[in-house]
Amino acid sequence: MAERPPAADVVAPLAAARRPFVRALWTWARNQPLGAVSASGVMLLIVMAVFAPQLAPFDPLEPHYDTMLAAPNAEYWFGTDQFGRDVLSRIIWGARTALYVGFTCAILGSTLGLVLGVASAYIGGWFDLVVQRIIDVFLAFPLIILALVAVAVFGTGTDKVIIAIALPFVPECARVVRSGALAIRELPYIDAARALGFSNLRIILRHMAPNCMAAYLIMLTSFLGQAILTEASLSYLGMGVQEPNAAWGLMLQGGAALYAESAVWVAVFPGLAITLAVFAFNLLGDALRDTLDPKLRSR
Amino acid sequence: MKLARIKAVCAAVLGIAAVHTAIPAAAQTPKRGGTLNYVVPAEPPGYDGHREGTFAMLQPIRPYYSVLIRVDPNNPSTTTDFVCDVCAGKVPEPTDDGKVYTFKLRDDVKFHTGETMTADDVVASFNKIIFPPKGVRSLRRGMFSMVESVTNPDKSTVVFKLKFATNAFIPVLAIPFNWIYQKKILDKDIHWYETNIGGSGPFIFKERQAGAFMRGDRNPNYYHKGQPYLDGIRAIFATKESLRVQAIRGGRADIEFRGFPPASRDDLVKALGKDVTVQESTWNCPIMFSPNHKRKPFDDARVRRALSLAVDRWGGAKYLSKIALVKTVAGITFPGHALSPSDEELKQIAGWWPDLKKSRAEARKLLKESGADLSKTYLFIVRGVDQPYKIIATWLIDQWKQVGINFKMETHPTGPFYAIQRGSKEFDVSTDASCNTIINPLVDVTKYLSDDRASNNYYQYKDREVDALYDKMQRLTDVKAQRKLMFEIAKLTLDTHANQFPVLWWNRIVVHRSYVKGWKVSPSHYLNQALDNVWLDK
Repeated sequence: MAERPPAADVVAPLAAARRPFVRALWTWARNQPLGAVSASGVMLLIVMAVFAPQLAPFDPLEPHYDTMLAAPNAEYWFGTDQFGRDVLSRIIWGARTALYVGFTCAILGSTLGLVLGVASAYIGGWFDLVVQRIIDVFLAFPLIILALVAVAVFGTGTDKVIIAIALPFVPECARVVRSGALAIRELPYIDAARALGFSNLRIILRHMAPNCMAAYLIMLTSFLGQAILTEASLSYLGMGVQEPNAAWGLMLQGGAALYAESAVWVAVFPGLAITLAVFAFNLLGDALRDTLDPKLRSR
Repeated sequence: MKLARIKAVCAAVLGIAAVHTAIPAAAQTPKRGGTLNYVVPAEPPGYDGHREGTFAMLQPIRPYYSVLIRVDPNNPSTTTDFVCDVCAGKVPEPTDDGKVYTFKLRDDVKFHTGETMTADDVVASFNKIIFPPKGVRSLRRGMFSMVESVTNPDKSTVVFKLKFATNAFIPVLAIPFNWIYQKKILDKDIHWYETNIGGSGPFIFKERQAGAFMRGDRNPNYYHKGQPYLDGIRAIFATKESLRVQAIRGGRADIEFRGFPPASRDDLVKALGKDVTVQESTWNCPIMFSPNHKRKPFDDARVRRALSLAVDRWGGAKYLSKIALVKTVAGITFPGHALSPSDEELKQIAGWWPDLKKSRAEARKLLKESGADLSKTYLFIVRGVDQPYKIIATWLIDQWKQVGINFKMETHPTGPFYAIQRGSKEFDVSTDASCNTIINPLVDVTKYLSDDRASNNYYQYKDREVDALYDKMQRLTDVKAQRKLMFEIAKLTLDTHANQFPVLWWNRIVVHRSYVKGWKVSPSHYLNQALDNVWLDK
């Protein structure tokens, strides 16, 4: 049975409702051209990750020993690696690993940071003092060093790498969120909530945390790029995702130095993928900050 | 571009051919002078050859010491050709039904301190190796289990008395870590050599700059007259392989003795053409995988056998040799050795069958019969070193997948890897290697004995049948009879009981500047490192 077209009186209000969103998006894209380009890049990555099985021309794990280290050609657009695996397919599947690690780390790290930062600001006193000094200690170490220590403790593998990368994000986000939460804590509606007898947990989670969302979202997007880069670095050092999985850093680890001269494509394409992904997320983060920060919005 | 490639290929062919027709180099008159710069991938953890076992210590320090006997430096590929270093004349034949070896020493061997070496020094050194006092670690003590005593009736004679006659003794004696120390120093402080260097070798130690290099000068009183030809040696430490390749390419180093992967060889040959020479040899070192016999389903010999049957060794040798330091298919003994099986015999062992389809069908059948849970992903631990561990491990995972058993690879840096493999045993299958110095299958195969007899068997099993065959074999001196027993041990270990499995044997690729003469590749990166016969044709 043929589907009936929706009535005109139903379509019109929907289109009208959609129009302001499209217009707002268009306005945003015009005001933030780099943001728009990076958002497109991020979308492309997400499409690659979601539709990897449909998009990849070959099984990323399947070796073809008769075409080991084949240069880019009509069959293998990005060439093959030392096991004869298709580099393009591994890059497409690698997007899945990158985004899985990136999003999980960023969401985990920034959400825990948000809760900790708001709690620290709201409770104050000795709790705030102790938490902030611990955060000072964590912030003294570069991200990759902390991640390496965590990998050494927890071991290698995708899930352990996520913990290793997410952990150092927690204090970073907590410190940024705390500064905003300190101001929110003094607002009258928090006093009102307290006067109404709401629990501390409810005040933190329902009344303060939502008002720190701008900082949270900015940190989250900036963590995405960092997480992808750190995952690639750990895999490059042999401490991240393990063979034969497809991951960009791992692809560099397997061939960057050894085939730098004889088969440059083994290193160049994963290197480009990492660079473009990190650029896209970082620029998107910048654009979001410009959009969400009221001080920058007026400029 | 094409012309450059053709040139490079020709140069590579010429380079390799030059090794195999190395007679002209030997016929040249050695030139004196110059310093040999060689790159070493790691720094020595200590200075005492008796307690250490790494090439990182041997390669920079061996030139400062002498040994009693050694593999002929002019024919280091041999498995039987041993010559005297500080002993006089030829390596002696045993007496008393093969149980007594009497060595006469040269009278012109002087320590770098100027004092003459006597039998007292040799006996003190071997007693430290074979019968170390409490608190003194000797890595090769177990290898000398056949020795009853080491004595010296006079200042120039050393007598080794054995518990039983065995042809494993002379190769063990020639291990290049058996350095001769001064008795006087050992008597004063038996740990002195752990932190100091002072021998009687062709070069005299001058300095070490940690993280950079070790340097030595020519020993003018060296007992092999006319040698060494070099004025000095410098071992440069460079952990990164790309750095070592570039050091040779840029002329900062002349040679790297451990061995490069094929890609680095090709890059150097392409870049330097006839200015570099390539020497290759099968390495006395199989890369292996070993199941943990205490973990299900690997406690079942059928599952272990299936793992071996899934592996395409003959095919792998062809394509993996293009990307990794491996090449030769063999069993538990060095390929080509008198005690090793022929290819035809080898092909009778499961996992070495030439018909891969048949092997994999058998593997699937065995897995089904055993009732192994094939929906699970098993843990394969891998030493975090690219060449050849990680490459081979990646390949193995694909091989096993072909018969329906899935593994997750977990790589660990060397220290934590050993902690798991030797300590916690939290693994289903592990990579391993059995790298040895002198080719001596009678000692090399001890790895396959029960875990309460072999300190380097980490896989939690006891195989008394193999132990009994080994004991019987060790007490034989007839090579034919030994060979027969060795094949039985191989058949039990690799097939019937399916205990541990060599995959392929390593291939040593040494690329050096063509002006480096006199040095010949050997089947081990521990051998032929005295450097007394090396010279520079500059």
